[in-house]
This record gives sequence, structure tokens and C-alpha cells, in this order.
Amino acid sequence: MTPLPLQRSFRHGVHPAEHKEATEHLPLERMPFVDRYVLPLGQHIGAPCRAVVRAGDRVRRGQLIAEPGGFVSIGLHSPVSGRVLDVGPHRHPNGQLVAAIRIEADPYSSQQITPGPTADPASLGLDEFLSHVQLAGLVGLGGAAFPSHVKYKLPEGKACERLLINGCECEPYLTCDHRVMVERPEAVVRGVELLAERLGAASSWIGVEMNKPDGFDALSRCVPAGATINISPLSVKYPQGAEKMLIEALFGEEVPAGKLPIDLGIVVNNVATMASLADSFDRGIPLIERALTVAGPGVDRPANLIVPIGTPIRDVLAHCGINQATRQVVMGGPMMGMPLATLDAPVLKGTSGLLAFTEDIVNHPTEYACVRARAGRYEDLEKSYVMDCMECGACTYTCPSGVPIVHLIRAAKLTIRQKKANKA
Amino acid sequence: MTPRDPHLLLQAAPFLRRGITTPRLMTEVVIGLGPVVLAACYYFGLSALLVLAATSAGAVAAEVALGSARPRGASIRDGSAILTGLVLGLTLPPGIPLWMACIGGLVAVGLGKLPFGGLGQNLFNPALIGRAFLQAAFPGALTSWTSQAGPSSFFHVHPSSLALPFMQAAPDALASATPLGMMKFEHHATAFSDLLLGNTSGSLGETCGLVILICGIVMAIRRVFDWRIPVCILLTVLAVSGAIWAFGQGRYPSPWFMLGSGGLLLGAIYMATDPVTSPMSPRGAWIFGAGVGVLVVLIRLWGGLPEGVMYAILLMNAATPLIDRVSQPRPLGRGRAVA
Repeated sequence: MTPLPLQRSFRHGVHPAEHKEATEHLPLERMPFVDRYVLPLGQHIGAPCRAVVRAGDRVRRGQLIAEPGGFVSIGLHSPVSGRVLDVGPHRHPNGQLVAAIRIEADPYSSQQITPGPTADPASLGLDEFLSHVQLAGLVGLGGAAFPSHVKYKLPEGKACERLLINGCECEPYLTCDHRVMVERPEAVVRGVELLAERLGAASSWIGVEMNKPDGFDALSRCVPAGATINISPLSVKYPQGAEKMLIEALFGEEVPAGKLPIDLGIVVNNVATMASLADSFDRGIPLIERALTVAGPGVDRPANLIVPIGTPIRDVLAHCGINQATRQVVMGGPMMGMPLATLDAPVLKGTSGLLAFTEDIVNHPTEYACVRARAGRYEDLEKSYVMDCMECGACTYTCPSGVPIVHLIRAAKLTIRQKKANKA
Repeated sequence: MTPRDPHLLLQAAPFLRRGITTPRLMTEVVIGLGPVVLAACYYFGLSALLVLAATSAGAVAAEVALGSARPRGASIRDGSAILTGLVLGLTLPPGIPLWMACIGGLVAVGLGKLPFGGLGQNLFNPALIGRAFLQAAFPGALTSWTSQAGPSSFFHVHPSSLALPFMQAAPDALASATPLGMMKFEHHATAFSDLLLGNTSGSLGETCGLVILICGIVMAIRRVFDWRIPVCILLTVLAVSGAIWAFGQGRYPSPWFMLGSGGLLLGAIYMATDPVTSPMSPRGAWIFGAGVGVLVVLIRLWGGLPEGVMYAILLMNAATPLIDRVSQPRPLGRGRAVA
């Protein structure tokens, strides 16, 4: 047995039960096509897309159906061949009614992807490279869905020295990034190579938490000899997948508050994003589907699925055998995810997981008196750096008194922002 | 298009909890006190149990009667009142009249905790407030130490235990001095092994250092409390009293005697670690522990009383808000200079 490599980590953090055992060994499988798809025009951070199709139009799988609505915006593609039903209001997973393109799948279609343009990133100019990424609809697949090309457009005077790829997947239950690393390591490494070359990064790092030793091994095997890609083992801790934590874990450097990783010459991306980047350049496949984990005691057949973007969540859960005991469905991980009010909302580009929770999980213990209650004012909270909070939820997770601390912090941040806006 | 699936529950993230609640923590400490209570019964017989029952009854009664939670008495669920009562009882002499012990419990919760707003708001450790009150109100009873009953006479109850309120307690024939008292007033040091095994007189819970130490280590491993506080207190006492002992050969007690005698172990492990009244950050814990350690040595060697653990912890309790302010952890990405 080879000695375990040194595993790095950041200071502090928590160790929630991982709950990954139900799905971590399940290969990625394809979600079958369903009847209807819903594609919200705003499912990324930034300006919504502009629809370029109208009700009744026939669309092919992989066809551009909405174009970027600004610089911080991306292209949107049809996940199926079929017919556009309408462009109108539909439920977003966050509960709001938003503009969305609804597409009815053609039941007789072979659902062959119509590839878009392929390109050799090395031969493209920077602007062509960025616009290819933008039109392919690429966003960070870790959950925030931040348009990738915006991240790759380095600010004036900044250079990317290190490319850091996030393979932590520190949220409990989620195993889709894990499976991507195990099953598509060559695509991940290819994405890293082309991006590092394009950005001029001197070195690339893939940080993998060591509850995924097979993912670590698979990636390590794919790295060609003499490459500048380092696969770095990390010990398991939450929230290591937060980019500032990851930077501290790997490099021992702190991103100053209010600054971005690029201020340290670092660009951070998720592993699955790298695979989709490689697909978009080498195979001409835009972002029309993604890997996600369906798990929790509320589904009978937990799975790692490749799901077309826009598939109604109800269909995904039905495919995995959602049972009557389900009391809560969460999009994303159990620490930072979003509870769903309706299952009619679709899978988005940023959907990393769908968790069905039962009574025993959603029933939290009573709230007890805080053992360190201290009344304070919002001004004092600001001095306690409340605005630096990234809402990872570790405080609420740990609190013995059952106080929903992170929720109170969210409220405080909102109030402080409103007060400032009122003053201005 | 349904706007909402009515059976779905909407809550804010995170959806997972560690599952360690305040009552569970309190229960862990009460269980951690179990061996100390047993040792007290072994050395002091039935009297020990009676005193502990009296202080706990007083503390719980105060919480039920005066606790502010709605419905009335609901705050009893967190388990902190009974813990306060037990800890207070362990700091009292075995022969204390039970009515005094009960008043101590009432005062601990009724004055030491509830007027501040209940659990989490109190500045001082409630059990020590109760003890400080008793020491001020009944100095005689609090300093008459009875020697051990021993296992053979378990059912022997000290006559003074059953004294009626405000009546003169019957003089106890078995009165003896504590190791710290003998050191202070007669300059006689007790052997470290006797201190560890409990072959001395003293408060109910303080005589058997070994049991306290083992319980403390187990609880620290289970992360019931911040291990830094007791470790820092004990190390500071060792270092400071060791330095003084080395300079004034023969005039001052050895550091090992300082470590094993009196309520130091009991106080360091069960009282100074109270999460309500000790600093929150690791750095604060070190400052707090060092402060308690220095004060214990100062009071013991040069103060008027033989024992100083109680006042040392209470004084550092008072300093805790200040310590918290200066030891606020530095967030990621913020330089030290940011105020």
C-alpha cells in the first residue's frame, strides 16, 4: 500500500455526516427524455438571455434558442428536438415567475445532437475564445452558475498565474462531480489544459477531497507526464469547496475581504465545468445537459443522472422513485441548497443535486436559550464582519441551541444593505 | 401549473444539523459529574447525597418559579439548573446544614442567573455566585470541615446537616482542617498522593483529584468543553507557583501541592469551562485560563483566605466580555490591523 499523500486543508470548518455512500458508486446514467422542457431565460448570474425562437418554431437538440442579453449573459440551447410551445412566465425554482421558453419534445425524434461549431482554442484570438464560451452557454457548474467567459476575461492589469480546479464537492449527499472525475477524467484534464493555455496560467491545480480516492486516481492517470497539472489531495472538511477556503487550503494564501481570487492571480473553476468546456470546443456540444445527484431518503432509487437542462424536477424525482414520505425537496446541497415550493420548476444549469428529505430530517430540534446571547445593533454586526459571511451554514449546523444563525445573518445583511441604500 | 406543492415544507438552509443540543451538552456534563458524585458519597457518606439533593432542589425550584420562558418552567428543559445545583453542592463542606445548601441553590439560579435574563445572559458562573453568597452569609458553616465518614459508616449523617434554620448547629466532634488550611495556618503540606486519592478533608467534590482529572480528560476528548481553559489554568498554576516555590525554598508550597489541593481541579474542569461565562475564541480561552491561574496562586499565597479558586473564576468571569472583545477571531482575508 502506498502511503497516503499529504492532505491539505483550511483552518476551522465542520465535519457533517457525508451521506454520499448511497450514490458515490453509482455510474452516471442518462435521464430519459420527457414530454416538456422549461428553460428560464435567467438561470445564471447576470442579465437574462433574449429568446430568438417563437411559439410554434421547430427546434433541434443543441440549437441556440436564446442569445446573450449583455456581456454578463450567455447563450441558451434547446435540450431536445421538438417544438416551442410558448415563451412566457413560468415558475423558477426560487418560486418566482420568470420568462421561460417551453419546449415540447418530438416523441419521434432520434434526439441526435446537432453540434455547433468546434474550434481549436489555441488558434482563436482571446475575444473569439470568450465569445465561443459565451455562446456555448457555459456557466460554473458548482452551483452559482456564474458565466464562465466573464471569469476568463481577466481585468486590466491582472494575469492568471494559477488555474485552480475545484474537485472538493464538500456538500453532503452530492456525488455528481465525483462521478464526472471518475468517468470523464480525460475531459476534465483536457478542459484544464486548454483553459490553462488560453489564460496563460503557469500551473494548474485540481483539489480533490480524499473521500473520492478513485476520482483522485482517475485524474492522476490522465495527466500526461511533464504536464503542469497538479492533482492535490485535500482532507475532507466543509466548506472547502468555497473558493476562498480552497485557495487557503492549497496555497496557504488568503484572498483579502472584498477582493477576488484573480487579485492573487488565481482563476477558480469547478471540475464539471472543465468537462463541459472541453466538450464545447472539441465536440461542439453546448451546455444542454449536466450531471446531478438525486438522493435522500425520499427517493427509492437514488442516482447520479445526466439530465437535460430544463427537465421538470417532478419528472426527475419520479424517475428516481420519489415516495410518499417526502416532506421537503432541496435543490443543491443540504448545507447551502434551496428548498423548492413547486416541483414544476425545471433543472437549471446550476442544479447540482435534488434531495428529497423525509420527516425525520426536516424536523429540527426546538430552539433553546442561546448560551451566549448578547444584544447588538446592526452597526456592531458590521464591525463583526457580518458582511463577509458567505452563508455556508456551518454555524447553524453546529449551534447546540438550535438557533438558525445563518438565517439571522442573511436578515442582518439585507437590513444593512437596505439602510445603506436608503442613506445614499 | 401549480404554484406550490402544498405538502412541501419550506425552510432555510442548512437542512442538516449536528444534533448536539444544549440539553445534551448539559446531560453530558451531569454524566461527567457522576464519578465525582460517587467519590463524594464514598468519602463522605449519605451526607454528600443529601447536600447535593438540597442544592439541586434549590436551583431547580428557583428556575421553575422564576424562569422567564413561556410556558412557565419551560426553561428547565435545557438542564442547566440541575447542573448548577450539582456543581454548587460539590463545592460545599459535607457537614453544611441542608437548609443552607438549599438556599445556596436558590440564590445561585435566582440571583446568579435569572435576573440577567436566564441561561446565556449571566455574567458570572451561577454555582459560584451561590457559593460566594453562602460564604458571605454563613462563614462558619462554610469553613467547618468534617473529616471523612469512610465507606464503613455510609449511613452516618453529620448532626450539623440536619440543623434547623437559624439554630446553632451542634458542634461537630470530627472537625478537621483542609490541606490548604493546614498549609496556610499550620504550614503543613499534605502529600500529593493523598491529594490525588482524596485522603483529605475538604468540599464534597474536591478531595479526589484523580477522579476529577479522568472525568475532565474524557469530557475534553468528547469535546463537551474547550480543553484549552483547564489546561491553561493548570499549567499557569504550575508555572507561577513553581517559580515562587523555587525562589523561596521552603517558605511556599510546592507546585504539585498547589495543583492537587483545594478546588482547583474541580473549578478548572467544571466551573471555568462554563460556555456562558468563559470567552468564546481559542485565544480568549488562553487569556482566561492564564488569568484564573495567576489569581488562584496570588489569593492562595498572599490573600486572607486559604482558597482562591472561586474568586479567581468569578473575577475572570467579569473580565470575559472584555477578553471577548480583544480576542475576536480574525476573519479570512482580513488583516490584523482592521479594527
